[in-house]
Amino acid sequence: MSIKVLFFGSLKEQINKAQVLVDYVEPLTAAQLWQQVTGKEAIPNTVRVAVNQSYSDASTILHEGDEVAFFPPVTGG
Amino acid sequence: MPHDLPTADSLSADEELLRYSRQIMLPQIDIKGQQALLKATVIIIGLGGLGSVVSMYLASSGIGRLILVDPDQVELTNLQRQIVHTTERIGMFKVESAAIQLTALNPTVELELIPRALSEEGLIQLAQQADIVVDCTDNLSTRFLINRACVQTQKPLVSGAAIRWEGQVSVFDSRKPDSPCYHCFYGELTEVEQACSVNGVISPLLGMIGSTQALEVIKLLTGAGKGLVGRVLLLDALAMEWHSIVLPKNPQCRVCGVPHA
Repeated sequence: MSIKVLFFGSLKEQINKAQVLVDYVEPLTAAQLWQQVTGKEAIPNTVRVAVNQSYSDASTILHEGDEVAFFPPVTGG
Repeated sequence: MPHDLPTADSLSADEELLRYSRQIMLPQIDIKGQQALLKATVIIIGLGGLGSVVSMYLASSGIGRLILVDPDQVELTNLQRQIVHTTERIGMFKVESAAIQLTALNPTVELELIPRALSEEGLIQLAQQADIVVDCTDNLSTRFLINRACVQTQKPLVSGAAIRWEGQVSVFDSRKPDSPCYHCFYGELTEVEQACSVNGVISPLLGMIGSTQALEVIKLLTGAGKGLVGRVLLLDALAMEWHSIVLPKNPQCRVCGVPHA
């Protein structure tokens, strides 16, 4: 089983990925998943997280089969 | 002899019925819904890209009273997307420029213009006379202030935001005990640097998010359909995809959480 990772909006271009499947090995948090997939530093505190289409904290523990979406904040108008 | 423009007083009930006939024929609106719109007072904060669209659709739909709040004046760089304003009105206060267009669209709508930024206390007082507050502002600190005032006064907040090619829209309704507030969504952030002058924004995106906000206002006022309370819509206009995510209330939220006894 795996975890499906989605990047929405401008994160897609920043990360240069829209969707990734990650093999599920052991429990990890959304923040750890971010680091694993992006190969970058810690998840910026502005990046929002949804787990299984529900708004979540970056510290949420993920399970196999979960879908995790990372999306940027939007405050302009 | 030139034709005089109709004023609110000169419009007969028949003309009013005719003006709104295409939405009155919707069973979810009907006469009762139209009367609810005509009786309503809505505050629109920010008359930029989102506020342009929100204010025009709400005025044309027959919201009885619109209170427009914005301290800024129209600038040339606004006109690519802030479609309630015009080239000849550069330099005018945005609320005054918008009022000209809204009155031309629908002279029966009562307008109150506030060409300055409101304090939290000022907004709380203003919100008490309104049915709904629509957040069309462009920065996080003002969004937090508006949210606190709406939670305090128990007024529904229709919140939209747009930058680059992406947008977000939701409704926070503190009359409902399980509704999240804006702070549940963005609370732990301090500031997000996101000016259109730095990041850019594509013009019709404001139309999509602003139209969604105006629709949610009409639904809230008429009770039509299922609202956006407890959900956030994310729009990715480059991919042309809408994503809907559930936004639960944060029980520990500093703004809307139940204070511990």
